[in-house]
Amino acid sequence: MGTNAPTQARKRAKPQRAGQMLKRAFMRAQRMRTKPKIAIIDYGAGNIASVANALEKCGAKTIIAKTPAAMETSGIQTRKAATQNSDVQAQKGAKTSSAAKFAACLQKADAIVLPGVGSFSCAKNISKIRAPLLAAMEKKPFFGICLGMQLLFSNSEEAKGSGLGIFEGKVRRLKCKKLPNVGWRSISIKGKSLLFAGIKKPVFYFCHSYAIRGSKRTSALSCAGSDKFVCALEKGNTFAVQFHPEKSGPNGLKLLSNFVKIVQGASKCR
Amino acid sequence: MQYKRIIPCLDVKCGQVVKGKSFRRLAYAGDALSLAKKYCEQGADELVFLDIAASAQGRSTYSRLTRKVAQEIFIPFTVGGGIRTLEDAAQILQNGADKISINTAAVENPLLIPQIAEKFGSQAVVVAIDAKRNAKGWSVFTYGGRKDTGIDAVKWAKKAASLGAGEILLTSMDQDGTNSGYDIALSSAVCAAANIPLIASGGAGSAKDICSVFKAGADAALLAGILHRNETTIPRLKKQVASAGIPMRT
Repeated sequence: MGTNAPTQARKRAKPQRAGQMLKRAFMRAQRMRTKPKIAIIDYGAGNIASVANALEKCGAKTIIAKTPAAMETSGIQTRKAATQNSDVQAQKGAKTSSAAKFAACLQKADAIVLPGVGSFSCAKNISKIRAPLLAAMEKKPFFGICLGMQLLFSNSEEAKGSGLGIFEGKVRRLKCKKLPNVGWRSISIKGKSLLFAGIKKPVFYFCHSYAIRGSKRTSALSCAGSDKFVCALEKGNTFAVQFHPEKSGPNGLKLLSNFVKIVQGASKCR
Repeated sequence: MQYKRIIPCLDVKCGQVVKGKSFRRLAYAGDALSLAKKYCEQGADELVFLDIAASAQGRSTYSRLTRKVAQEIFIPFTVGGGIRTLEDAAQILQNGADKISINTAAVENPLLIPQIAEKFGSQAVVVAIDAKRNAKGWSVFTYGGRKDTGIDAVKWAKKAASLGAGEILLTSMDQDGTNSGYDIALSSAVCAAANIPLIASGGAGSAKDICSVFKAGADAALLAGILHRNETTIPRLKKQVASAGIPMRT
């Protein structure tokens, strides 16, 4: 009540000005509301900053959802802090609260992005958050990038551990003279795709050694040498790409804007 | 289709881009961030930032520039110079760089390569090699071209690749700043020895030079002087290279 009182008083004194102020505040609130909130999962590897920067550029608000594993052991800076803390009880307490924090982060987001630079061995960090992630993916748009796409499959030749198993297939090492497959590649888009809408010359930046070969949900293909691999998947509200849209210049930003639009559409329906 | 890459290189000293000749006689070329933006708009495929003061003075590479670049540039970029430990690398990568390049530290402690590769993936590790011709072949130099290690450059490239490097950034010290073409023999020797992408550097003077180093097997060509001095532009170079039958992203 205390905070309302001055505005009320001003409203009575100068009704026109107060009306304008209210209108402006309303517009600001409206803008904030239309900016979709996208949670980026930080599982202790990978370039989170680039993905966040690119999504913000495309009109989204980003929040970082740190997995419990990323909070405790895999972050180099946090590891130092953890060893200093000898109190086991305190660590245990931190563990449960960090898991809850992660779930809460996904809860308040309109969409989820699983970025990826790293190795499939990160799957062990992902398997711990499997339940809240799968629950959120059922309701909200999801976008996997590079390793984030590979983690949607159950296993990989790269390392042990099981991924999310949403798609059928295996992640295999590319058969190509030079690995990693780094650089810009043209891709061929199959059928109509929401993600690639409005992209005339689909050339994107790739950086990987493993890839998926043949999947029913393929929406785009590319080649490394003579090795054809899947570079985009779409299944309902779940999207994934093998390349790095956050590093693919104007094309990449267009693709991410398309995803942000999808998120806006989905959150309106909800 | 696979495109060959054109990579402008920004040698940075205190936030300013500098260009030397054979690693000496530095001249200022402009503000790092604005030059980076300009090249990005012109269609550069990637960028490389080398903090040339860092290794020599033992200072760790500044992360502020990295953060700013990551906020405004949406193509891959590599940051190098003064990275000595896994923690240094982690700091740069967490600030938004896609790759780090290590030179002196990798020569002195080769196990740093697998250490970083294991944590961040091979694609994040670029091993930079400064090579100078000698009687037998090429020798590896460290500390910004100041110390001759006597290590054979081709053998070192092969070893770096087997240790988990994702790319090799090969600079010919003899050709650097001369504008008279890349060291083709060096590039093709390294290309044959190491099965990872090669970024050739040092000596680019014209589109013809770039074409010949691509034909020698390099995957990317690093350019500095000819772009900084406005002798040509990236779109013009790309057009010329593409007309020679080499796939370019335009």
